[in-house]
Amino acid sequence: MTPARTLATAGRVLSQIRHDPRTIGLLLVVPSLLIGLVAWIFTDTDVFATIGPAMIALFPFIVMFLVTSIATLRERRSGTLERLFSMPLGKGDFILGYALAFGLLAIFQTAIAVSWAVWVCGLEIEGSIWLLFAVAVSDALLGTALGLLASAFARTEFQVVQFMPVLVFPQILLGGIFLPRDQLPEVLQAIGDALPLSFAIDALTAVADGSEDAAWIWGKVLVIGAWIVGSIVLGSITLRRRTP
Amino acid sequence: MAATTPRGTPEGDGADSVIVVRDLHVRRARTPVLHGLSLTVQRGRIVGLLGPSGSGKTTLMRSIVGVQVVQSGTVEVLGLPAGSRELRRRVAYVTQQPSVYDDLTVRQNLAYFARVLGVRRTKVDEAIARTHLGDVERRLAGSLSGGQRSRVSLAAALLGDAELLVLDEPTVGLDPVLRVELWELFHQLAGEGATLIVSSHVMDEAKRCDQLLLMRNGELLADASVASVLAATGTDDMETAFLTLIERATTPMTDEETSR
Repeated sequence: MTPARTLATAGRVLSQIRHDPRTIGLLLVVPSLLIGLVAWIFTDTDVFATIGPAMIALFPFIVMFLVTSIATLRERRSGTLERLFSMPLGKGDFILGYALAFGLLAIFQTAIAVSWAVWVCGLEIEGSIWLLFAVAVSDALLGTALGLLASAFARTEFQVVQFMPVLVFPQILLGGIFLPRDQLPEVLQAIGDALPLSFAIDALTAVADGSEDAAWIWGKVLVIGAWIVGSIVLGSITLRRRTP
Repeated sequence: MAATTPRGTPEGDGADSVIVVRDLHVRRARTPVLHGLSLTVQRGRIVGLLGPSGSGKTTLMRSIVGVQVVQSGTVEVLGLPAGSRELRRRVAYVTQQPSVYDDLTVRQNLAYFARVLGVRRTKVDEAIARTHLGDVERRLAGSLSGGQRSRVSLAAALLGDAELLVLDEPTVGLDPVLRVELWELFHQLAGEGATLIVSSHVMDEAKRCDQLLLMRNGELLADASVASVLAATGTDDMETAFLTLIERATTPMTDEETSR
């Protein structure tokens, strides 16, 4: 693995996306539109104030997961992955290159989504807006990293789409959006508490209602960071130069 | 065989063998594809790997490049086990489907592969010139014709001055003029000391090769020069020669058979 090859890969992925303006548009705008929709649904109630932060966790996470998992699968299907693995490119160069490129997009996406939620949808934030942004970015990066991990296991488009309900839906159901986690059955609460998206939802909610201090929130971000690093490492270990 | 080999090591017995395959067994999706293949390829040769679809050509090439899981047997390339780290810059592989990024321009594709190989940018210009892609270098690979895309894929293999080029059906879908040009390029590369393995299911391309490997059902029907294959089968047509060999198929035919 070398920085030059990792950066070359990240640059290549970004110039691929640059040739596809529609994907850029979808990537940057869709999460904000969905957050706006949720805010609109609950216009006449005060529900959005409670679940708004969770929405900032949810939509960028899902969008980044989907886009990343399909992008790397495409590489496998087109034969370019086989070509790269017959060349002096490290598996880490490949995965990290994708993580950097999509991570950069995730930062832009999050900036737009957070600004939209706060200034357009009127989500009230008691804590620091910068802290909210930092947590939201780490959450979108988590989606990217899990997407990379999923695509390392998928062989076909059908399989990678199945990973979405398998890896993402349980995290949404058990993340405390539908029912606070402390009201879940004991087993489900234990599982929910361990899932990475829960940490993002908790941290964003805490920033919004100002119920916890910065140290507590950075603690959650640290756990999300560990999940990101773990997924990327596992994703690159599971890639195989030799295939059956 | 004392030719100067600018890309290679000084020749000597054994050091001249670019590829040595011994008793190679490969299964793909539980079906045996190669059963006990053995062969040797000398430096500076153009080797034609011929046979019908499904005969195991691609699997053999993948084994030589080192991206294929093999069940047993050994594959040695340039004196090292196939797939060794060091070989990744000395062996270039072109897959059957053009493996390029459709959403990048021709030049962007090659510039990326050049950076992965760690070679100078001028190599990109050379590769574009050698494959006659100058007119389309700023177009997206996805917008090119099939033949043009496969030339981009080939151009990527020229970037690193590889000692061994493994080309899976590089001339498929090309018009006759381009095909002739490509074969001229292959001979140029061999003249510079590179070794090429070129697969094809078009038998008449065989006549342009120095050594022929005729495959059928995962076995080698012949490992010999064009002249010996034609002489041994008593014909001047490759297609007929191949069919004759299939009828006889018991033991692989070699050059010695005809010199006896």
